[in-house]
Amino acid sequence: MPWSGSASSRWREPVSLFDNLSLDPVTSLPRSNGELVFKEPWESRAFGMAAALAELGVFDWADFQAGLIAAIADHERSDDAPQEYVYYERWLAALESLVVERGLVAVQDIDELVADFCQRPQGHDHGDDHGHEH
Amino acid sequence: MTNQPHPQDRPSPELRVEALETLLVERGLVKSEMLDGFIDRYANDVGPMNGARVVAKAWVDPDYHQRLIESGTEAINELGFSGPQGEHIVVVENSPTVHNVVVCTLCSCYPWPVLGLPPNWYKDPAYRSRIVREPRTLLAEMGLDLAPDVQIQVWDSSAENRYFVLPMRPEGTEDFSEEKLASLVTRDAMVGVGIVTVA
Repeated sequence: MPWSGSASSRWREPVSLFDNLSLDPVTSLPRSNGELVFKEPWESRAFGMAAALAELGVFDWADFQAGLIAAIADHERSDDAPQEYVYYERWLAALESLVVERGLVAVQDIDELVADFCQRPQGHDHGDDHGHEH
Repeated sequence: MTNQPHPQDRPSPELRVEALETLLVERGLVKSEMLDGFIDRYANDVGPMNGARVVAKAWVDPDYHQRLIESGTEAINELGFSGPQGEHIVVVENSPTVHNVVVCTLCSCYPWPVLGLPPNWYKDPAYRSRIVREPRTLLAEMGLDLAPDVQIQVWDSSAENRYFVLPMRPEGTEDFSEEKLASLVTRDAMVGVGIVTVA
């Protein structure tokens, strides 16, 4: 995992940036010209939701983008309890804020469903990339 | 934000994403198949190979080169590359004295139709701040040592302008076909953290 660790430690070891990518067979899978676009399946679903909703005209891309800028700035401003910067977590925060603000989904509904998911029996592994057709 | 304590310090984004998608699908706002389509397109089909074709054509076709510099988005559309984040693409050309490099300091603006989705380092706070503050040092760390007399121009992409670097054609490629030229062009060269070389 060339991209584990904090941002600052990554950048003190510049060789790890590109050199390790070519050594890792997983990262060379999707294309010859870079690393995996999505590190985990949930990142791709979060990407797909925003792209699809904008395409369908549910919201303007510019509105999503403004939210993304704000979500990134929020993370960079908060110096209490510093968390690892995960781009798609910022993306998800922006997406969630926007759909809640537009009244499409209530936060309580998301929270309740997440709580339900937590009650699922062990073995329901969402590490794979199935299409959520439960 | 809710007052419910989370079982861990870091609530799982997997479950939140799954819940959000479930609710949006239930309410008929989006179909999972549409998400699949976008994901597949940007993970597999749209990527730097598109931009490489644009660059190679600009190297061999002076008229196209001029159109590309004057109106990036339209010239890129000519090759069939368009779509989200493809509006307002501005092409900046490297020369022996000026090297261009692109960043989005506020988020992750990037010309999707020609480069696909941005790599992780492009979205990283370290890149977004350091490339502005100390471009020469950072480029060197990323493997690009520029001569001291080469001026570095940093371009901050936004929704208004998404920058795309037209790298210099390497020497010794005079008899290369357009296709062979395209195979030399890397994503890093089109963002400006690399240059095109003959492998």
